[in-house]
Amino acid sequence: MRQIAIYGKGGIGKSTTTQNTVAGLASLGKKVMIVGCDPKADSTRLILHAKAQNTVMDLVRELGTVEDLELDDVMKVGYGDIKCVESGGPEPGVGCAGRGVITAINFLEENGAYTDDLDFVFYDVLGDVVCGGFAMPIREGKAEEIYIVTSGEMMAMYAANNISKGILKYASSGKVRLAGLICNARKTDMEFELISELARRLGTQMIHFVPRDNQVQRAELRRMTVIEYSPEHPQAQEYLTLAQKIADNKMLVVPTPLEMEELEELLMKFGIMEAEDEAIVGVAEAAAA
Amino acid sequence: MSDKIRTVEGITKESTQAMIDEALSVYPEKARKKRAPHLAPNDAASGCASVKSNKKTVPGVMSARGCAYAGAKGVVWGPIRDMVHVSHGPVGCGWYSWGTRRNMMSGITGVTNFAMQFTSDFQEKDIVYGGDKKLKTLLEEAHDLFPLAKGISVLSECPVGLIGDDINSVAKASSKDLDIPIIPCNCEGFRGVSQSLGHHISNDTIRDYIIGTREFAEPASPYDIALIGEYNIGGDAWSTKPLLEECGLNVKAVWTGDGELEKIAATHTVKLNVIHCYRSMNYMCKVMEEKFGIPWIELNFFGPTKIRQSLRALAELFDDTIKEKVEAVIAKYDPIMQAVIDEYKPRLDGKKVMLLVGGLRPRHTIGAYEDLGMDCVGSGYEFAHTDDYDRTAPEMPDATVVYDDPSEYEFEKFADTLKPDLIGSGIKEKYVFQKMGIPFRQMHSWDYSGPYHGYKGFEVFARDIDMAINSPTWNLVKAPY
Repeated sequence: MRQIAIYGKGGIGKSTTTQNTVAGLASLGKKVMIVGCDPKADSTRLILHAKAQNTVMDLVRELGTVEDLELDDVMKVGYGDIKCVESGGPEPGVGCAGRGVITAINFLEENGAYTDDLDFVFYDVLGDVVCGGFAMPIREGKAEEIYIVTSGEMMAMYAANNISKGILKYASSGKVRLAGLICNARKTDMEFELISELARRLGTQMIHFVPRDNQVQRAELRRMTVIEYSPEHPQAQEYLTLAQKIADNKMLVVPTPLEMEELEELLMKFGIMEAEDEAIVGVAEAAAA
Repeated sequence: MSDKIRTVEGITKESTQAMIDEALSVYPEKARKKRAPHLAPNDAASGCASVKSNKKTVPGVMSARGCAYAGAKGVVWGPIRDMVHVSHGPVGCGWYSWGTRRNMMSGITGVTNFAMQFTSDFQEKDIVYGGDKKLKTLLEEAHDLFPLAKGISVLSECPVGLIGDDINSVAKASSKDLDIPIIPCNCEGFRGVSQSLGHHISNDTIRDYIIGTREFAEPASPYDIALIGEYNIGGDAWSTKPLLEECGLNVKAVWTGDGELEKIAATHTVKLNVIHCYRSMNYMCKVMEEKFGIPWIELNFFGPTKIRQSLRALAELFDDTIKEKVEAVIAKYDPIMQAVIDEYKPRLDGKKVMLLVGGLRPRHTIGAYEDLGMDCVGSGYEFAHTDDYDRTAPEMPDATVVYDDPSEYEFEKFADTLKPDLIGSGIKEKYVFQKMGIPFRQMHSWDYSGPYHGYKGFEVFARDIDMAINSPTWNLVKAPY
């Protein structure tokens, strides 16, 4: 069983990419489980054709304690026999969503959700790793393979680099490795080259460049993956290719994150960012006039 | 304060320092460097602290300290009897702090006292989704079940602070809905270095939510006082309050032993605050002094010598009526106390005691031992600050060892060297020293006995100390050293 965690900046398309890729793996005949680690609980809707799955934490709240919960209550099976679990958690601003992830994953372990017949477990993790709970999927004995979803936008690349720093910390004490960047294209300038270069600097690979295509949105409106909605569409082929590349991937590295200056230099080289003019820093518009 | 500097035969600054150095020698360098300033021979003449204090405990040592929650629940809030005290968080903190301090209460449970264990009993779901709604429900239910409770305190345990639950806004809304005072106390255990911060936080909440919100029904008199930092351990307040009343004073409120919320809330109208436990309540004395102009005086009611000095110091602040009554009280009790001393002193004279208690008794009880002819050969606190150690210096014999937040190892090591006849400390130390063959009394809880305060208390104290030291049991036990 290979356990894989997907990280990346909020809104970059982690859940969509994960579900389409997992659907691709399923159509290649792999047995996969998705564990959604985000209180928004939108990591399995395209597989289950559901608005929102009953989450582990929702049911814990209903039943009172986690001990009363049964695995069957929280694990649903969707397209391609993909097993789906959502950790769930509170609305923003209250409680502790990170603890929800820990509670849910502990529950899955204790109740035998990690069966031997699984080829892959995918953790789709909240964009901002704000506390220890969201690092739970990469603790010892969990995911050892991480893919970062990014795009050619500056903030997405900053996030990818920061996540690499986190992986470096865990890699030094355990088996966690960076397995590649997935470029979820936003059609920014020189996006392919830029992300390839970023991947190279991080010591990894851009495992696949997923082009932007509205077919993904058309499928999403029907709560489906592209793979299921239109298997013959070129975009479905892209996800299948990504799935195959992941299945074959052997390149697991300890990342070499960039210093902030290096990253900015890279962005300037590709014309994404202009050289900083120190003279304008902290000067208000009126004062500058 | 003692008049002259006392010494103990065989104890010099050099001998004490050598003992400290030997104890420190087993530590790794970093720990040794950190612990060294917390251990020193007493400099009785200086009237100044000889040790550093109120610092984080060195990791890896066995410390006797508690936490901020313990200071709030166990010490300041818990003893107020006509309130419901809610331990907000998982069940253990509330359960294991329930009744263990032996702060005694009068009244009828469920009617005029609420010495029960209330907790929100956090589960995983409360951590993940927050405990605010549960707290609101709990407050409603507590009020429904016990409508006679005058108020509710909400004492935060660690997880509440970690997940950022807003107990203050729940308390505010529920207080309005239920029309009773509900006091949120952000005393999460991880805050600060010891229980001391819990005392401070609790004092601040009394300041912010309680003081000045009520008036006494009876008209004011010039003899109105409040007894602060008296927690009624083993019934102490039931000895000191009548004593002060016998001296002609009106004890309008006791903070917080067998305490009543509305009396505490009206304390801003008294003429004088008499403080016993300085460490845990000096904050509110200072607040009442600044805000309401109420002077305060620190007194000691352990042992006839200190009681006599204290009552006379107190009388100085009042008119001749009080002065006469105080002298009459002293004259009445002196012979009774002399009889107690005559009975026990012959068996205790020259015996040595070592102390490790919380924030007051390591200095305040020394006089009572001395009344029985005993010498204090070492003393220290779990959570005292510099001002406590300043006050300790003149109370202890010169050159005796002072230890701040000692590890169990240091305490054992010193006892091994000094071979005291008695150790006064807590439950965590009790069996260790008894197994070493050293008589022991619990000095936090009065070891299932009490009171020890006041004249009444000294009789009990003397009896207990004699019983501990002179029990024939010890002849059957051979100390391993």
